[in-house]
Amino acid sequence: MLEFLSLREGKECAELPAVTLEAFSGQSNATAVRIEPGEDARELLPFLERIALVEVNFPSFGDGRGYSVARILREAGYTGELRAVGDVAVDQISHMVRCGFDSFIPDKPLDPEHVEAALTRFPGFYQKAVDGVAPIWAKRHD
Amino acid sequence: MYQYDQYDQAMVDARVAEFRDQTQRRLDGLLSEDQFKPLRLMNGLYLQLHAYMLRVAVPYGTLSGKQMHMLAHIARKYDRDYGHFTTRQNIQFNWIKLSDAPDILAELATVEMHAIQTSGNCIRNISSDQYAGVSADEVADPRPLAELLRQWSSFHPEFTYLPRKFKICVIASEDDRAAMRLHDIGILLVEKDGELGARIFAGGGMGRTPMISPEIRDFVPFNEVVSYLEACLRVYNRHGRRDNKYKARIKILVHEMGADEYRRQVEEEFAQMKTLGLDPPLAELERIAAHFAPPAYETGLSDEIDLTDRDFAKWVEMQVAPHKVPGYAIVNISLKPTGGIPGDASSAQLDLMADLAEQYSFDELRVTHAQNIVLAHVKKADLYAIWKALDAADLGTANLDLISDIIACPGLDYCSLANARAIPLSQKIQQRFADLDRQKELGELKLKISGCINACGHHHAGNIGILGVDRRGVENYQLLLGGSGAEDVALGQITGPGFSEDGIVDAIETATNVYLANRTEGERFVDTYRRIGMAPFKEAIYA
Amino acid sequence: MNVLTGNDLATGDVTWWTGEGWSIHVNDACDVGDKGNEIAQAEVAARRVNVPYVVDATIDDAGNVRPAHIKERIRALGPTVRLDLSLKPADPTAGNWVI
Repeated sequence: MLEFLSLREGKECAELPAVTLEAFSGQSNATAVRIEPGEDARELLPFLERIALVEVNFPSFGDGRGYSVARILREAGYTGELRAVGDVAVDQISHMVRCGFDSFIPDKPLDPEHVEAALTRFPGFYQKAVDGVAPIWAKRHD
Repeated sequence: MYQYDQYDQAMVDARVAEFRDQTQRRLDGLLSEDQFKPLRLMNGLYLQLHAYMLRVAVPYGTLSGKQMHMLAHIARKYDRDYGHFTTRQNIQFNWIKLSDAPDILAELATVEMHAIQTSGNCIRNISSDQYAGVSADEVADPRPLAELLRQWSSFHPEFTYLPRKFKICVIASEDDRAAMRLHDIGILLVEKDGELGARIFAGGGMGRTPMISPEIRDFVPFNEVVSYLEACLRVYNRHGRRDNKYKARIKILVHEMGADEYRRQVEEEFAQMKTLGLDPPLAELERIAAHFAPPAYETGLSDEIDLTDRDFAKWVEMQVAPHKVPGYAIVNISLKPTGGIPGDASSAQLDLMADLAEQYSFDELRVTHAQNIVLAHVKKADLYAIWKALDAADLGTANLDLISDIIACPGLDYCSLANARAIPLSQKIQQRFADLDRQKELGELKLKISGCINACGHHHAGNIGILGVDRRGVENYQLLLGGSGAEDVALGQITGPGFSEDGIVDAIETATNVYLANRTEGERFVDTYRRIGMAPFKEAIYA
Repeated sequence: MNVLTGNDLATGDVTWWTGEGWSIHVNDACDVGDKGNEIAQAEVAARRVNVPYVVDATIDDAGNVRPAHIKERIRALGPTVRLDLSLKPADPTAGNWVI
């Protein structure tokens, strides 16, 4: 069972303390920041180059604001580690990956077999997201 | 109509496997109900008053004979021999076992059907006009865009955990036959400078706080609709309220921030999102549209209908609508027989309608948001044979848009959210007005009943609307007048204190008498109400 | 009295706690007193019931249990407009009981 899941393929994962968004703007040397639901990811856009880790908190899996946070950061060119923490179950992993998350600290450990099944379940996707996968409409009109 | 390619089929098959796995984990105790509930809702499976209920999607209300036969089969094999058509053009089965649900979804997948996202806080079934493709007043068939958006909204990674449910409607004519302005996003296909595109409305809805959607953008070219909607949804996902379930719909957000501010935020998001390559090429919409090419209509057909049979003539008068192609007609099948259950059809009736579609209507049926069925392409020469078959199966009621053509939610007989029963009231109203001549005298009168404030019966949009409430454990009914879900969209106004079940039937009869006493030539009930106002009705009802 | 009701996890059937197990007949329901939540937790953990909850009810001399709220009475019986699908298909007046 996994208490920490990384899909970063060999890249290191940050073990730095992530500061709050509010604290981050006051600290010129922080490289890890934590975003709570309702906070504006765009406040980070001027600093993306120096951030190694953005942690996005999911206090409840039904609150989907974190998905927009992730996608906004990746769309803006963020290449660092993007970590989903909190109420993250295997049933949310695929969508999270498509929105740009590449590491996870779930409240309850994940079964790696279930994770593998979830990530390989769907052979294609209807939308262009930020995971670099060609959507179905692109495959149709190659 | 649309046919799945290998990619579409693979998606529904994968979804079936995913749900089978999730269901097994639930039955084995690896998933709690709290964890499982949102997952089963996203596959249309509710736990309702008496059993699990499965809501199967009928995308934009169009289905084939083969698909309708499958629905009959599901009803027979897994349910109690009937289904219920809803105000969002879907079908519900009320007696489903959780242990059967994966098999049901697997069988549906064999005929390109599913229950994906028919519930849950995600983008739901996209609804459309039941006369799409065959009405002279549309600028184009709205269904290709609806199909494009169905795919775009399916398993969307960013918008699967929205603050609340999200309902989209696409139409293509100024006449609104689908209550488009009462949706979270409404799309009207329009032409501008010779180009077809989408006029976008956002923030409509019924329920606790009904609202008519304001226009957000007067024209979005087809090759930008997806990124525009992504922007609309992203603003909602980020800013829609999450603290209060009853204030979580986009209509509250648009109302609270104001349409201008919502529009400003959407445009800001859109300016960025349209550069990201999110929009499929026009070739994709064209690929889909090819599936909706008009069928091989015959030419040189007669427009004559032999109306010697008086019962047939009555049915033609009410149920048959003009088709844009000479020699053809649109048939409306009433699922509102007097004393029946609105929107219900037995498995035998489902099979019959499927047979008729296969034989007489290029294998295509439509579900209307008024819980009736449409055969969209029927030769006038075939009308008599169709009517005979429908009449023999209790599907020949001639009451389209009359007072007995009632929209009613399942209400407290079936629904755990309800406060009062809706179906027995519908039956009583139908019986009070059973005389067809009397109904025709009253003319167009859209009566809609909701068993609770969630308004699945669209009572705010009824010329006469009824809301069931719980008054200290006793069923009670509020009366509303003057609503409309058509292009003259309006929200009904409450008359005053509520009534018992028998009391409201009397009140409705009184209201119709006020109409008859006051109407001028050509005025429908709603027209007279708008002209003379609530006062004369209120006075008579509470005298 | 307090009775405990829920749904069977696999079938979805409306069920009532009898004191020993779950029955689809409301007249088999027992008075759980203030032990309802305790029993519910154990039964959910054993997967013998789904989303149980306590409801108020009365019982008459003949042992007929009557839930206090109309919604629970409809749950106990079945749809009043399709008595053929209810637990009392042969009784055309069965629906009057819910009122």
